[in-house]
Amino acid sequence: MSGSANQPSPTPSAAANVSTGDSLFSGLSLKNLKLKTKQQEVLIRVSILGLVYILAFITRLFSVLRYESMIHEFDPYFNYRTTLYLTEKGFYEFWNWFDSESWYPLGRIIGGTLYPGLMVTASLIYWTLRFLRFAVHIREVCVLTAPFFASNTTIVAYFFGKEIWDSGAGLVAAALIAICPGYISRSVAGSYDNEGVAIFALVLTFYLFVKAVNTGSLSWSLASAFGYFYMVSAWGGYVFIINLIPLYVLVLLITGRFSMRSYIAYNCMYVLGSLLAMQIQFVGFQHVQSGEHMAAMGVFFLMQVVYFLGWVKHLLSDTKLFQFFLRFTVTCSIGVGALALGAGMASGYISPWTGRFYSLLDPTYAKDFIPIIASVSEHQPTAWSSFMFDFHILLILFPAGLYFCFKKLSDTTIFIVMYGLTSMYFASVMVRLILVATPAMCLISAIAVSATIKNLTSLIRTKSRSLLSGSGKTSGSSKGSSKNSLDQSPPFGKNVAIALLVGAFYLLSRYALHCTWVTSEAYSSPSIVLAARGANGGRVIFDDYREAYFWLRQNTPPDAKVMSWWDYGYQITAMGNRTVIVDNNTWNNTHIATVGRAMASDEGEAYEIMRSLDVDYVLVVFGGVTGYSSDDINKFLWMVRIGGGVYPVIKESDYLVNGEYRIDQGAAPKMLNSLMYKLCYYRFGELTTEYSKPPGYDRARGVEIGNKNVQLEHLEEAFTTSNWIVRIYKVKPPSNRPKVIKRPRIM
Amino acid sequence: MAKNLVIFLTLISFLPLLCNSFSSENPSDRKILVLVDDLGIKSSHSIFFKSLQTRGFELDFKLADDPKLTLKRYGTYLYDGLVLFSPSTKRLGGSLDSAAVLEFVDAGHDLILTADSSASDLIRDIATECGVDFDEDSEAMVIDHTSYAVSATDGDHTLIASDDFIKSDVILGSKKIEAPVLFQGIGHSLSSANSLGIKVLSASPAAYSANPNAKLSNPPSLTGAAISLVSVVQARNNARVVISGSLDLFSNRLFKSAVQKAGTSIKHEKSGNEQFATELSKWVFHERGHLKAVNVRHHRVGETDEPAIYRINDEVEYSVEIYEWSGTSWVPYNSNDVQLQFYMMSPYVLKNLSTDKKGLYSTIFKVPDVYGVFQFKVEYQRLGFTSLSLSKQIPVRPYRHNEYERFIPTAFPYYGASFSTMAGFFVFTIVYLYHK
Repeated sequence: MSGSANQPSPTPSAAANVSTGDSLFSGLSLKNLKLKTKQQEVLIRVSILGLVYILAFITRLFSVLRYESMIHEFDPYFNYRTTLYLTEKGFYEFWNWFDSESWYPLGRIIGGTLYPGLMVTASLIYWTLRFLRFAVHIREVCVLTAPFFASNTTIVAYFFGKEIWDSGAGLVAAALIAICPGYISRSVAGSYDNEGVAIFALVLTFYLFVKAVNTGSLSWSLASAFGYFYMVSAWGGYVFIINLIPLYVLVLLITGRFSMRSYIAYNCMYVLGSLLAMQIQFVGFQHVQSGEHMAAMGVFFLMQVVYFLGWVKHLLSDTKLFQFFLRFTVTCSIGVGALALGAGMASGYISPWTGRFYSLLDPTYAKDFIPIIASVSEHQPTAWSSFMFDFHILLILFPAGLYFCFKKLSDTTIFIVMYGLTSMYFASVMVRLILVATPAMCLISAIAVSATIKNLTSLIRTKSRSLLSGSGKTSGSSKGSSKNSLDQSPPFGKNVAIALLVGAFYLLSRYALHCTWVTSEAYSSPSIVLAARGANGGRVIFDDYREAYFWLRQNTPPDAKVMSWWDYGYQITAMGNRTVIVDNNTWNNTHIATVGRAMASDEGEAYEIMRSLDVDYVLVVFGGVTGYSSDDINKFLWMVRIGGGVYPVIKESDYLVNGEYRIDQGAAPKMLNSLMYKLCYYRFGELTTEYSKPPGYDRARGVEIGNKNVQLEHLEEAFTTSNWIVRIYKVKPPSNRPKVIKRPRIM
Repeated sequence: MAKNLVIFLTLISFLPLLCNSFSSENPSDRKILVLVDDLGIKSSHSIFFKSLQTRGFELDFKLADDPKLTLKRYGTYLYDGLVLFSPSTKRLGGSLDSAAVLEFVDAGHDLILTADSSASDLIRDIATECGVDFDEDSEAMVIDHTSYAVSATDGDHTLIASDDFIKSDVILGSKKIEAPVLFQGIGHSLSSANSLGIKVLSASPAAYSANPNAKLSNPPSLTGAAISLVSVVQARNNARVVISGSLDLFSNRLFKSAVQKAGTSIKHEKSGNEQFATELSKWVFHERGHLKAVNVRHHRVGETDEPAIYRINDEVEYSVEIYEWSGTSWVPYNSNDVQLQFYMMSPYVLKNLSTDKKGLYSTIFKVPDVYGVFQFKVEYQRLGFTSLSLSKQIPVRPYRHNEYERFIPTAFPYYGASFSTMAGFFVFTIVYLYHK
């Protein structure tokens, strides 16, 4: 298993490897071949692109080399499970899959509640490789899907950059995006998530649309509609596209840059894109009914009205008559539009905006109204440090790129500016949306880098050329010639230009170093296997999660129901193969709140809830022994909040002491009696975790626990992993005999 | 050769014993251990024991403090039932203690527990573990100044004539017990949380539990109808337990004695004790009221195989066979109140099962228009009967994409619109392109 992990499987990158190897070879013997300048340039460009392609792939392989070829995190496990199902049972079974193993007893219609793009993509790659007689396992394909698509994104970025600015900017953009940490964070090997292919689809759609606007060609807009379809099939973030493109068209309209080209591009893209998007079960009629898609429809109608007016103006020579007609039409169309929107909203035909959408527009919305969205760490507002971490110099280059874009304003630069600005806003609202901003950052920064370097080199070149014109010889290499010119007469501007060039190269190399460092240190841990430094400096691996899931798989009855906080739902079903009550697809808030309530209640009440849900096992994640801080005790307040959001008997203040969350002697009595506390700290009081500390010292919180003698009545410990990270309890059946609980008799 | 014959004969002699032991096929108890304080009880309660023996039970009398006492050997129980006629024993002999007795019950075996005014802590502990609380005052007895048994000497009214039986043919037999039951012993109470315990013989509202030899200084803790004289408990695994506050209730003396309840003129020649004890022993040793459900089946109407998953709005047929143990054979159980639930967190379908009088219960119903993981549930809990709790999990899926009706009449205008648009567009294209 782990043996094969060290070898990246022969995905199509291998093919790219060969071709670039050829071009590399020919690049080395460039002198021997008599090539024209133009051909040389193509050759260099292709080899650079090839290298970038490979680089984008291999920089994402740290996790495979460090750990093994495995799926990371939480959601990817669901994607992996569904992909497995798809490859085993075929597309129609997948499409109609009703999963009775999750959300017990409600079940989940998998086919209708997911974006199938990722699974279908991976399966197609898998089937292709199988067809070509490569005996790969589907897991290897899943692990390497994200890096493969990241490589493809670099190619699209090159063409996009070329479309916006020039091929130099395209090359820089490809290089920047290949290693940008903001993108790598979601596309390392093993991070088998929708975003992995969706960013490719996003950039592709934008590129094709921009191309369509530039050319006014139906085929490009058709291609962008298909790109959009792929994006819709892959990720919910398609809403960004369907709002950004109308906004862009609207801006073109207002700035007077509107043309037949954009009319064709937008109409074709919107109509065909909508029709295609509606084929995805999960989207369906939402695409024409939900509030989030109304902007696109509004702009669509607006464009028709504008063109209709233009046509009428063309027919009516009388301006006065046209003015009247204009007033009449505008009033009518606005009236009809407003009426239709109002009626649709009131009748519920047009659904209102979802909570997630609101929380994007108002960052404080989720915190106040939807704790389940606010509880997810990747939905938190972004800290400045993470911008710096994920973008590094792009953060400085971005405004510079904007400057260049504004300087050379065109339809395309307007688009990229709008993409950059809106995505930057979203990125600052939610951490995970840094991902969406990354391509824009890279492209705009690439413009800055490319334009600056071009300007500087041309500065150097023109000076040297003017000086060396007497010799009647064109400079072969700018470096040599600049040295020559340096000796003759040192012009001030040239020195500055060289200094700036050196500075730029220094910055870019720092960027490369930073990216590699971030990728290797921060974004390449699978999070299912934890690593820590031991006392002697060696690496300690905690493989407790898998230990627990395999225990579940092998020691519990096949129809056992496991209750845990929703974070672990996907992993339990994928790795433990057991039914879960709630999982990471947080579609039913009440169900999650019920689990939160059970965790926050005392054992007796929790037992009633667990009985009503037929729970057989309870799984908690506990970091008190290892110092693993993202465990259930630290997530507990969210369980209380989410539980309290539906069941007002659960009050957050009952679990706090003077607004402080404590687990030690001074903890709130409700806290000490809650099921979660008991399950985490059962028999923990007997354990000495750290030298010179009393027994029952919680290393994650750094305190001695408050209740060292936890007694369980309705549950019994079934399994605890070697480092206590996962603890599994069995729910006992009701007692066979009706026991009398003796009360002290009052005499 | 002779040795072999001996072994053979020994094995043969064990055969009926093996065949007769308790099983799900033959749920009546066979082998019963009777623990007594002194062997005199064997003769003083001989009528009761005799009735058991004539019904085929094999009784094994042991002193309660017999050092060789054991209930199980090599992990298997040697007895099907246990009769504790040893109220004053402080410690059981051998490997037996209260935990072992309770383990015996938890393994599905039956128990008759008797106490009297000298009841030891051991007996009280076992009773407590079964949800029955004897009066904690060790001197106390049940006293009733209104419904005591009239006797020649005006006693302390601790010999009670009670006729407040539970109305259950299953527990006490279909023949009405005419004469009151004589009771002399301690009272107990069932806690309100105890859903498994049933009062079989209750005291009259005027009864109370106190020390008859002392002046009543405090209000008694147990009074009136809250006092239970004889209770039964049916554990969740259907082990049955009888708890009586009086050992004398089973004695020959009270079996034979005439009874006249105070305040009434009717004098019965014979007390109701014998009938009461016999009928109760029939119940506790599973000769009556033992149900079994077999052959739980469900399938779509018109099919015979059980599917792994149902679709919403399927017509489903569910059937189960329920039999009652008559003491010697399984007979069809007839009732019209067996209900089926189609359950997902709450019952979506709740239907009475119809019976063909041969033990087969069945019904046909339509799966609700809700998908999820459902359960076929039959929760049949009737007084005195073993509780049937059947559940079978089955997922219900929504329609597949190709199970919807393809062409529906209401959509014809839309089909017309689509096709006419397509045709119109085609014509328009030709006209626009070629007829300028």
